[in-house]
Amino acid sequence: MVDRVRVNGNGTGMTRRVGNGGAVWRRVRASAPYYVLLLLPVALLLLFKYYPMYGLQIAFKDYKVRLGMLGSPWVGLKHFTQFLTASSAWNVISNTLLISVYSLLLGFPAPIILAVCLNESPSRRFSKSVQMVTYMPYFISTVVLVSMIIQFTDISGGLVNQIIRGMGGTAVNFMGEKRFFRLIYVLTGIWQGAGYSAVIYLAALSGVSQELYDAAIVDGASKLKRILNVDIPSIAPTIRVLFILNTGSILSVAFEKIYLMQNNINLSVSEVLSTYIYKIGLQGANFSFSTAAGLFSSAICLATVLGANAVCKLISGDGLL
Amino acid sequence: MTARVTLRKRRRGIRQPWSDYVFDGISALLLVVAGLLVAYPLIYVVSSSLSSTSAVMGGRVWLYPVEPSLTAYKAVFENRQITTGYINSFVYTALGTILTLVVTMLSGFCLSRKDFFGRGAFSALLVFTMFFSGGLIPSYLLVRDLHMLNTIWVMVLPGAVSAWFIMLTRTYIKSSIPDELFESANLDGCTVYGMLAHIALPLSGSIIAVVGLYSAVGIWNGYFDAFIYLSDKKLYPLQVVLRNILILNQMDVAAVQDLRDLATRQGMSNLLKYAIIVVSSAPLLVLYPFVQKYFVKGVMIGSLKG
Repeated sequence: MVDRVRVNGNGTGMTRRVGNGGAVWRRVRASAPYYVLLLLPVALLLLFKYYPMYGLQIAFKDYKVRLGMLGSPWVGLKHFTQFLTASSAWNVISNTLLISVYSLLLGFPAPIILAVCLNESPSRRFSKSVQMVTYMPYFISTVVLVSMIIQFTDISGGLVNQIIRGMGGTAVNFMGEKRFFRLIYVLTGIWQGAGYSAVIYLAALSGVSQELYDAAIVDGASKLKRILNVDIPSIAPTIRVLFILNTGSILSVAFEKIYLMQNNINLSVSEVLSTYIYKIGLQGANFSFSTAAGLFSSAICLATVLGANAVCKLISGDGLL
Repeated sequence: MTARVTLRKRRRGIRQPWSDYVFDGISALLLVVAGLLVAYPLIYVVSSSLSSTSAVMGGRVWLYPVEPSLTAYKAVFENRQITTGYINSFVYTALGTILTLVVTMLSGFCLSRKDFFGRGAFSALLVFTMFFSGGLIPSYLLVRDLHMLNTIWVMVLPGAVSAWFIMLTRTYIKSSIPDELFESANLDGCTVYGMLAHIALPLSGSIIAVVGLYSAVGIWNGYFDAFIYLSDKKLYPLQVVLRNILILNQMDVAAVQDLRDLATRQGMSNLLKYAIIVVSSAPLLVLYPFVQKYFVKGVMIGSLKG
């Protein structure tokens, strides 16, 4: 093997020639303390993150508790075909996609607009207080958020209906009609998350150099022009990263909120993959089928992230991964 | 035209175009509306919880407490389920956060070191978990086979490794602790353990605060793990108790107070819900102003790429 030159590991910047096999061994030995430090993290990582991936094999088997994971017979793609040919599955997939796309379309721009307004506000004090207030709902738990939704939209005494009645309208049973479900889900998502996400963009905006602004001002650019031509291009990398991460969750509408918001009336629009997997798998003890459905959704998620990343790279020359 | 513009500029500096005032106006309006939309529901909940049953039922509460009373809070604190849930959540949050911090600091430190052989492999293993996971059923079967169902461990161990926190910490150590510090320590004969204990940890105060806070908020507010893995009522954390009371309406109001007619009972139940919302969110909301700067800092570290 060809000898190679490398930078000395202890950081003194010295280079030396070493044989390849011996070098690896020496480096491993030199790194021994790191391996000791990483014993606990690696053990937890392998056990709780990677062992379940190994357990995904039951998607290709007929899992029987009695036979165990390894003893259960292989059945190939049976559960996947079963899942993809079930009529309920397509309803669930389209529900999931619709909710994700609405969340992305309405929810993604909201924090950017908020951050730009906060950044351009002439009064520092005012913008700080708005930022602090809008950040607050991040600390509210999902359970509390959903119970607030239910309380507020209550047909008899809820705040929203009181306001509607006060303005001369008739009360609406928001949670009792499925056509409002997606709207409520997405809007409350923005209510809870926009302030939190805006902080990320604010951090990026604070890094824009003052000289760029000054140059734009001297050139006579109005505020709107400065935003479009200075601010937005400067935070484009941040927007890109968050967009890629967001598209990754397009088939994984989080379980917690949607499960709590479900009721018998809205089930036909509110059943998404995560709740479906839970109900079939854990409530129905249909482990293999439900694992296949889960694997399908994780695979699509991974593919969308990689796809979004590739598209971003193609358009802007820079991706996330 | 050009001459006139230069003249104007010379006279009073650079003039703002009129459209800027319009922009400022719209932007301020937007911010005020956003602030009110967020603040009002929160104020309404607090005010309702402090009002009397009849005021809440009659829709007389709008902004401030009407006929102030603390009955609801008294009932909440006398409720055994809620107090047990509170204590359980506190224990899970404390233990979980400590373990997460230990794992995160160890991994983040190692990943920040260039002489750690295997750094690339370890970081790839971590990053992959950000985009792919075994999913619900395999995780459940694992926990079941480990005999961790209905134990405190299931609330603490599985969530301890977070790729996101570790990457955040690695970036922080790399960007805020100068390499020269480690180098000179190395020359003075300092071991890797010494570098972690005497350099990395003491200089990582704010990242420890950030990760600790994010992790604590996540554990305190989460209900999914408990919902899946715990069936023993004595182990329920606060959020599961809250779900039963707030969303499934499983709270016998008559047991709390001797209320016989349905309307009052209904009113009391609403009032209790508002009080419970306040009591359960209070620990984090009270903490928030003090820790806000760390949260913002954490997000800023995270937004640095690389």
